[in-house]
Amino acid sequence: MMASGYSAKEEDGHLPGASGAAGSGVAKSKKPDNTAFKQQRLPAWQPILTAGTVLPAFFVIGLIFIPIGIGLYVTSNNIKEFEIDYTGADMSSPCFNCSQSSSWNSTWPCRCSIAFTLDQPFESNVFMYYGLSNFYQNHRRYVKSRDDSQLNGDKSSLKNPSKECEPYRTSDNKPIAPCGAIANSLFNDTLELFYIDPNGTRTQIPLMKKGIAWWTDKHVKFRNPGGTNLNLSTVFQGTAKPVNWHKSVYELDADLENNGFINEDFIVWMRTAALPTFRKLYRIIQKKSNMTPTLPRGNYTLDITYNYPVLSFEGRKRMILSTISWMGGKNPFLGLAYITVGSVCFFLGVVLLIIHHKYGNRNNSADIPN
Amino acid sequence: MDFSMLRNLISRYCVGEENWVDNRTVYIGHREPPPGAEAYIPQRYPDNRIVSSKYTFWNFIPKNLFEQFRRIANFYFLIIFLVQLIIDTPTSPITSGLPLFFVITVTAIKQGYEDWLRHKADNTVNRCPVHVIQHGKVVRKQSCRLQVGDIVLVKEDETFPCDLIVLSTSRQDGTCFVTTASLDGESSHKTYYAVQETKAFNTEEEVDTLRATIECEQPQPDLYKFVGRINIYLDGNEPIARPLGSENVLLRGATLKNTEYIYAVAIYTGMETKMALNYQSKSQKRSAVEKSMNAFLVIYLCILISKALINTVLKYLWQGDPGRDEPWYNGKTQSERQRHVLIRAFTDFLAFMVLFNYIIPVSMYVTVEMQKFLGSYFISWDEEMFDEELGEGALVNTSDLNEELGQVEYVFTDKTGTLTENNMEFIECCVDGLVYVPLSVCNGQILPGASGIDVIDSSPEPAKKENEELFFRALCLCHTVQVKEEETVDGIKRGINQGKGTSFYISSSPDEVALVEGMKRLGFTYLRLKDSHMEILNRKEEIERFELLEVLNFDSVRRRMSVIVRSGTGQYYLFCKGADSAIFPRVVSGKVEQIRARVQHNAVEGLRTLCVAYKMLSPAEYEEVCHLLTSAKLALHAREKKLAEAYDVIEKNFILLGATAVEDRLQDQAADTIESLHKAGMKVWVLTGDKMETAAATCYASRLFRRSTQILELTTKRTEEQSLHDVLFELSRTVLRQRRSMLRESLSGLSNDFQDYGLIIDGATLSAVLKPSEDGSSGSYKEIFLDICRNCSAVLCCRMAPLQKAQIVKLIKASKERPITLGIGDGANDVSMILEAHVGIGIMGKEGRHAARNSDYAIPKFKHLKKILLVHGHYYYIRIAELVQYFFYKNVCFIFPQFLYQFFCGFSQQPLYDTAYLTLYNISFTSLPILLYSLIEQHVSMDILKRDPSLYRDISKNSLLCWRIFIYWTFLGVFDAAVFFFGIYFLFDDATFTSNGQLMTTNTQMMFGNWTFGALVFTVLVFTVTLKLALDTHYWTWINHFVIWGSLLFYVVFSLLWGGIIWPFLNYQRMYYVFMQMLSSGPAWLSIVLLVSVSLLPDVLKKVLCRALWPTTTEHIQTKRQCLAVERSAIFMLSQTSSSIGF
Repeated sequence: MMASGYSAKEEDGHLPGASGAAGSGVAKSKKPDNTAFKQQRLPAWQPILTAGTVLPAFFVIGLIFIPIGIGLYVTSNNIKEFEIDYTGADMSSPCFNCSQSSSWNSTWPCRCSIAFTLDQPFESNVFMYYGLSNFYQNHRRYVKSRDDSQLNGDKSSLKNPSKECEPYRTSDNKPIAPCGAIANSLFNDTLELFYIDPNGTRTQIPLMKKGIAWWTDKHVKFRNPGGTNLNLSTVFQGTAKPVNWHKSVYELDADLENNGFINEDFIVWMRTAALPTFRKLYRIIQKKSNMTPTLPRGNYTLDITYNYPVLSFEGRKRMILSTISWMGGKNPFLGLAYITVGSVCFFLGVVLLIIHHKYGNRNNSADIPN
Repeated sequence: MDFSMLRNLISRYCVGEENWVDNRTVYIGHREPPPGAEAYIPQRYPDNRIVSSKYTFWNFIPKNLFEQFRRIANFYFLIIFLVQLIIDTPTSPITSGLPLFFVITVTAIKQGYEDWLRHKADNTVNRCPVHVIQHGKVVRKQSCRLQVGDIVLVKEDETFPCDLIVLSTSRQDGTCFVTTASLDGESSHKTYYAVQETKAFNTEEEVDTLRATIECEQPQPDLYKFVGRINIYLDGNEPIARPLGSENVLLRGATLKNTEYIYAVAIYTGMETKMALNYQSKSQKRSAVEKSMNAFLVIYLCILISKALINTVLKYLWQGDPGRDEPWYNGKTQSERQRHVLIRAFTDFLAFMVLFNYIIPVSMYVTVEMQKFLGSYFISWDEEMFDEELGEGALVNTSDLNEELGQVEYVFTDKTGTLTENNMEFIECCVDGLVYVPLSVCNGQILPGASGIDVIDSSPEPAKKENEELFFRALCLCHTVQVKEEETVDGIKRGINQGKGTSFYISSSPDEVALVEGMKRLGFTYLRLKDSHMEILNRKEEIERFELLEVLNFDSVRRRMSVIVRSGTGQYYLFCKGADSAIFPRVVSGKVEQIRARVQHNAVEGLRTLCVAYKMLSPAEYEEVCHLLTSAKLALHAREKKLAEAYDVIEKNFILLGATAVEDRLQDQAADTIESLHKAGMKVWVLTGDKMETAAATCYASRLFRRSTQILELTTKRTEEQSLHDVLFELSRTVLRQRRSMLRESLSGLSNDFQDYGLIIDGATLSAVLKPSEDGSSGSYKEIFLDICRNCSAVLCCRMAPLQKAQIVKLIKASKERPITLGIGDGANDVSMILEAHVGIGIMGKEGRHAARNSDYAIPKFKHLKKILLVHGHYYYIRIAELVQYFFYKNVCFIFPQFLYQFFCGFSQQPLYDTAYLTLYNISFTSLPILLYSLIEQHVSMDILKRDPSLYRDISKNSLLCWRIFIYWTFLGVFDAAVFFFGIYFLFDDATFTSNGQLMTTNTQMMFGNWTFGALVFTVLVFTVTLKLALDTHYWTWINHFVIWGSLLFYVVFSLLWGGIIWPFLNYQRMYYVFMQMLSSGPAWLSIVLLVSVSLLPDVLKKVLCRALWPTTTEHIQTKRQCLAVERSAIFMLSQTSSSIGF
């Protein structure tokens, strides 16, 4: 139906006097060239997929995939992960009150703390994540609601943000910096971790807040307007803070290297997640020395400054502690998938071997069909 | 026709004249006829400007755009583009605008260039000078200023500027020679005549004094038809009326040859010339592949719409919860909130359509067009189809039907010139039962004429001597052969070789040349036609002169021609030669029985026979004949019919003289070709105008019928004995019994040594079969006939009129299996068949280029049919089949993850891939490998295809594009898409990991966002889709390697570049470093490898299992190729040798 209407050819009856018929002109009066290409006789490798040729491939794939899968699975299992939900949806949860009272215009931050126990010590660097679920960071309206040139330090975009930021573009006739829904909904809970010694003393665990964003994001894609060394509050003069923020963008951190648009928490948040349930890197707990584990076995408390409301959209908030390996975080799926595919290939290899033996001979002895 | 009708109507109303609705009156030299004649009405005709161009400078852009968007596909993409512009859609308008713009621009440039060339050509044509006589002087004019009625002077080797009527020529006899090579491809010279009364006006001054009007029909496209009348006002007031026929009309585009100059009057100018009228579009033929492609498109359009509908409905169900529709973090703008829900739903539907519209990609049309256009070059490039003798290779007139060449089920072939050489050799003649054989050619030397007679039966008695000489004279006189005295003549040429080695006989019919030449070898040499006198050199080396009075031309209905001559002694003779069936009924005396026996004998030998008869006319009879002919010729209306009636009256009461036999040798490898076609499962029908015995002999020689073939006859001879009804039923019973027993045998697994049938039917019986009878049972006749035909391996239809050939093709085309038909022929009589069949193939034969011009493909020889069908057709079919299936597959793979993603992003039309990926996927990442595949794939080698015609059966009935395979491909696409999407989904799922270690630099973990998700899916997609094609490729040339690995490399390089810098002109930088970060992650690599393997696994498994368990013939051959190559080629050589010996 469609193709019938479509043709690059001339469909009208015009005199082909000068233009000539499309495919005909070449061999009009002279012998065609005897080139391998024109005669379709280019030298070529002509592989055929038969049981015989595919068999070894199946075995090889099986033999390679199964060990990889086992390796991945073991590595993944060695990764320690701890997850705790602090939404406070249950009455029993210490954060229940906070979750009920929290809203954007509450001036006094609500605090709550949750105690938990690590059964195993966490060796090496530990990564601390916050996780949100049922939060559609990948909604189209949300994803596009940002202005990359503003975030890149463009001065004109700072004063006149992109239309895509609507309805988070201006507030009180002043342009919002950073504009857009993503920036507006920046995750603003503060999480602190304390180790409870067996003797009862609380030790705050140092959390590193730098090095959690992509290097390129921090140094190239995100830039404060007006360079690095200026006073940020003057740079952002004439702009409004996002409506849901408690403080302005230049007050995010005292460290100049981590303030304004190049605040790493902000950068991490601005990388919109692919799925409605996601986790984002919050802090890194660096390994202290070779002797003691980063997080020894024992009791901990998580102190939360509860600002971020999620119950309105039936969301959940989690805090995750995890170590990593050469292949990243805990991920049994990849290892299992490799093992499964490897086994299937191996099994198919055996099946093909049987088929090859049974039918391969018959094929070879069959008559030439004429 | 409609056009001229319309114009007639318009002009009638404008001028208010009735009498030239069907005719036009041309006043030669714009001079009024003397008073008393009809009133001088100046009529307005278009000037002689030829406008072949479509556009002018000003209207090019609007008109071209309009033309392009009239095509439905372009229009669809335009709509998508506009939707993207107007409403807020997920993808930027660039994604569909850019490809569309590209396609439109390229097409516009191509068309613009072609039009510019046309303008240039038009200008040179329109501005070229012509010589016009005005007031007795020769005036130069630009060609486009020429008017109807102008008297034009044309010199030798000039092309006629418009359609002209010859008034006079430089030759005394008023003839001129013309070649119409550029019109119909016939390079032989044709003779055109001036009217007797005007031929004397051959200087400028004289011509200027000519007062005459020409009445002729309004222009019509038939090149060979013209009816008109010239009224010449000589001294008296009473005009002399003379008929004008096509022999008086010089057509625009033809060239004057061998004539110093002519004077002629313009009758049709500009766009009304026959040449201009003839370049009207032929009806477009569509291939079976295109039809299935359109069907698939409809399916995909339905899929597209249903996807969009499902998503829209689900979106509103899901959004029923207000927390989901507008959570606090994701507010809507004021205007969005205020929009009515129905408008929002409709906008959402459109947005989903836009998101998924890539499932029907623009690039598919471009690729298919390119594949067809470029692919067709392989036919014209083919060296094996180049004919040294002709100096020409195959010609492709349309590239739309390439793949149809691989689908042919019925081959309808002409006999003369197609199966046979159309290179006639005079074999013998039979006079009164005595057989004369000229001592034939020895090494090209013809033995002296007198000794050339070898009488087989007995020496001629003196009494018979007279008849014998009369016979020879008859053959020397009864023809339309011209004598050409130069060597530089194309076409049919034979040296007369008697003193003047530079003379040739030329004729449009090779039979005539063979006969005249045969006569020369028997001692009677035709010398020339001079001043209406034919000169013959007889055995005694004396010149005999006969005045040529009338020629009753040959036509295919009468199947005979006659001349009336007056001998030197003043006797009137009418000589007639023609097919036996056309002569015998008109014979009153002569040795009919003996001659008939000889004719039949010769016909069985496969010779072409003609019978010769004569009658003496008394002067009174001649007067009567003259009168009859003149009145018929002068008729303006139905002249053809009146002429036929006149001929019928004149040509009777003959005395039979004898018969001739001319051999038409089979074409090189004709038998081998037919055998291959049979093995390839094609049914070969021979449609010929020849008589049954000759045709049947040719069929045996060309192995259409084998010794074992049981011949079923359905001829007039049989239907005279029994009724048609009985014959038909008897035949069908025979055939059906056979088929039933065959079925039983094949069920019980016995060998298939079955009787094959050949059917012979003649034209008369065929029309009886097809004719709707009174009781309305014609339908059943037709059905029975078709049923019989279906069970015959070969059918011979003899005594067919040209239109009947087309009828047969139509009949088969319309039968319930809707088979694909191919018509092949070389002459003008095959054109209707060629145009009617699905694929028309013309042979560049001796009977001119008419067939080749009207065909879809033209080949030099019949034997090339084997290669064009079995090799090229087969290749084109598998190539385009894969192209179509693969295109749909790769776009399912492309779009289906995007559909799945909607379930995870709140049905918000969030695209999974970046804009650049969406745009470039079909344009550059995956386009070249499939295009190159579809140009050079060879699943088995050319030699095997030629050697093993049965492979052709594997692709018959459009088998690679049947629904089963289409569904397989679609499901494979859906499966692969699901693997990509869910594979990556599980990697990103919260339970597993969303980040990775940056191995090389610091040991930290980075977060991946939605764009990395998309890039990962896309990477797996590009690799899978490209490798899938690699698995399907059976013929890996360096080009394949280059494009397959090259486009993968290009994808990687492009992605690195695309993510490598902050693009200054873009307002988003979403892909910045996404690809690099992805590649720095170990699990991403591992999952790419894993998912690509999983996606390809089922297809590999299916291929291997099918090959092992249910192999097709092709697969057998492929598997065995290596081990059997040597052995088989030996067998092939042997069979070739034996066949050539047998031949």
